[in-house]
Amino acid sequence: MEAERTEHLNQEQQRDYTGSKMGMWLFLYTEFLLFGGLFLLYSVYRTRYVEQFHTAAATLDTVLGAVNTVVLITSSLTMAVSVSAIRKGDRKLSVSALFLTILFGCGFLVIKFFEWKAKIAHGLFPGALEMFELPQGEVIFYSLYYVITGMHGLHVLVGVVVLLGMLTLLMRKKINEKDFIKLENTGLYWHLVDIVWIYLFPFFYLLT
Amino acid sequence: MQTSFYVAHGRFRGIFSWILSTDHKRIGLLYLCSILSFFIVGVTLGLLMRLELFAPGRTIMDAQTYNALFSLHGIVMIFLFIIPAINASFGNFFLPLQIGARDVAFPRINLLSWYFYITAGILAISTLFAPGGPPDAGWTFYTPYSIITTTSVSLAAFAAFVVGFSSILTGLNFITTIHRLRAPGMTWFRMPLFVWSVYATSWVQILATPVLAIVMLLLIFERMFGVGFFDPAKGGDPLMFQHLFWIYSHPAVYVMILPAMGVISDIIPVFSRRTIFGYKAIAFSSMTIAGVGYVVWGHHMFASGMSETARWLFSFLTFIVAIPSGIKVFNWVATLYRGSIILGTPLLYSLSFIFLFSIGGLTGLMNAAVATNLHIHDTYFIVAHFHYVMFGGAGFAFFAALHYWYPKITGRLYDETTARVAWLIVFIGFNVLYFPMFILGWQGMPRRYFDYPLEFTNAHMISTIGSWILATGIVIMFVNLVLSAARGRNAGNNPWGGATLEWQVSSPPPAHNFEEIPQISKGPYDFN
Repeated sequence: MEAERTEHLNQEQQRDYTGSKMGMWLFLYTEFLLFGGLFLLYSVYRTRYVEQFHTAAATLDTVLGAVNTVVLITSSLTMAVSVSAIRKGDRKLSVSALFLTILFGCGFLVIKFFEWKAKIAHGLFPGALEMFELPQGEVIFYSLYYVITGMHGLHVLVGVVVLLGMLTLLMRKKINEKDFIKLENTGLYWHLVDIVWIYLFPFFYLLT
Repeated sequence: MQTSFYVAHGRFRGIFSWILSTDHKRIGLLYLCSILSFFIVGVTLGLLMRLELFAPGRTIMDAQTYNALFSLHGIVMIFLFIIPAINASFGNFFLPLQIGARDVAFPRINLLSWYFYITAGILAISTLFAPGGPPDAGWTFYTPYSIITTTSVSLAAFAAFVVGFSSILTGLNFITTIHRLRAPGMTWFRMPLFVWSVYATSWVQILATPVLAIVMLLLIFERMFGVGFFDPAKGGDPLMFQHLFWIYSHPAVYVMILPAMGVISDIIPVFSRRTIFGYKAIAFSSMTIAGVGYVVWGHHMFASGMSETARWLFSFLTFIVAIPSGIKVFNWVATLYRGSIILGTPLLYSLSFIFLFSIGGLTGLMNAAVATNLHIHDTYFIVAHFHYVMFGGAGFAFFAALHYWYPKITGRLYDETTARVAWLIVFIGFNVLYFPMFILGWQGMPRRYFDYPLEFTNAHMISTIGSWILATGIVIMFVNLVLSAARGRNAGNNPWGGATLEWQVSSPPPAHNFEEIPQISKGPYDFN
């Protein structure tokens, strides 16, 4: 009983590792539901406009999509390396892996930017005049494409900003082998962003 | 006696000792004050609407103003008052005290959630003065009208989006707190039932709110960029909006009612001096309501168009929710049986909760049946029904909680006689205001109209008079509570003889709640 009591006091006065992780997982859960609403729309409209989704999906650049998938998965790897490294006390490796993660994250956004730019140049964006000549299903497809990849891009952007914050904490030794929960939680968030993309890639690029 | 949390102001002084505090008690009171302010705004809007309906035709405002009023009344009352009413204010204040913790798991996130809340509140109120005028699409924001109206729907939708963050953060904070910070010996089945209800509520908040967030964003995108998901002209479907909206907004009614049920489960044993009847049944029924409540949203859409299968399924599931709710009501009544009942104000509100909630719940079953639903859909019957569950249920429980925990929060006793008089006026006013609406609705009076045929005049007039009685009662209640905070008698630590942990610390509680974390060896309603 005394041990239980001490543990309780530890939880309150010091950092509660399990508690922080639990909070993060609950937050990630809400993120899944957020994208869940969008996937629900996607699945309903995909069933309704099978042919037109097919045609519209064929116009997306599969090569760029595939490159982005590789970039993001690699960034998840470097993220995991960064967390493992700091757990073992290897600050140098942790910092460089985190730096690479940020670089990959930015790379993803840059590729995404050029992809969007090309589409917009062709007049394929919500509200464009060219869109009125397209069948309704294709209009919905492009809208879904912009909204869902846009929401995902926003999450990548937020992730990069948080990663930058983590990098400073890491370099100022606020994150160390005894207290790395912030970095670990950021890693969880980064993997979430990755997982969402792993679904987006086939949904928009491959299912043609 | 230890120094109370009012005196121990922490790092900052003056106003900053409140708005920068991470003490759950101070944040709870921040919530309570802001929630009460928005309640007053909502009541005022409601009174104005009732005044307009006093006589047929134009009385004090035109139709457009009326549309704006009912929209804002709904937005303010639902998103800013009743959803956070008990959970965010009393939940914040009493959850850590009741489980024997010094604070919630994430105190800074707790403060952040209040900032989200107050930002949303300011945004919602600012729609009154925004270009285009206040939103007129109702609190449900149904498309396609919400897309084409020129009023400030986007701003209101954004407010609902922001308040969602507050809800999610409170939810995940409370769940983690309950899992991680219970005092030694505080097993799951020694937790007060209020904690159980907060736990169930927090899960609903996490499960449902993200869907509201995304649908509000999509509505804004729809208005800004014309993405077309909900616009038939672009291949979208307005029904998808309704589905996504109710996937959140139906579970949200359990966010409103579950903490209310928790409050009632805590008050009734204390005021009948008996341990609660069916502790586990009440605890599990909270979780069941949270679970089943998530899959019944379709009953809002029987008239919107859905398949026969979907209709009977949603209807059936809706009937199922009545079972855990019934379990609670019977257990409360069984707790009262052969108790030595003290008819204090908290119990009066609790008893009227059971009475009003039963009327609201049973008329809810009438709505759940598809055939009846199609007849009374979008009439005053629905308006009466949800005011009986939301105001008669959650609202009355909020008043009960306000009186029950008042001595603990302020350290003083309110004037009992005035409080009882106020209760009587509120109770009478409530029924005079809302009961005629059942009859009006049954006769075919549609909701959200600022005018009506002559034959409905009497009922509308009675209803409006009821609104004045109710408002008078509320004013008396609040004046009593405010005056007693300065002049009331000293309450002592445990004026009601409660057995839960919050009554074992001094009133008002010390800044760190417990000098030493207590060792729990008995249940929350063990009065021996």
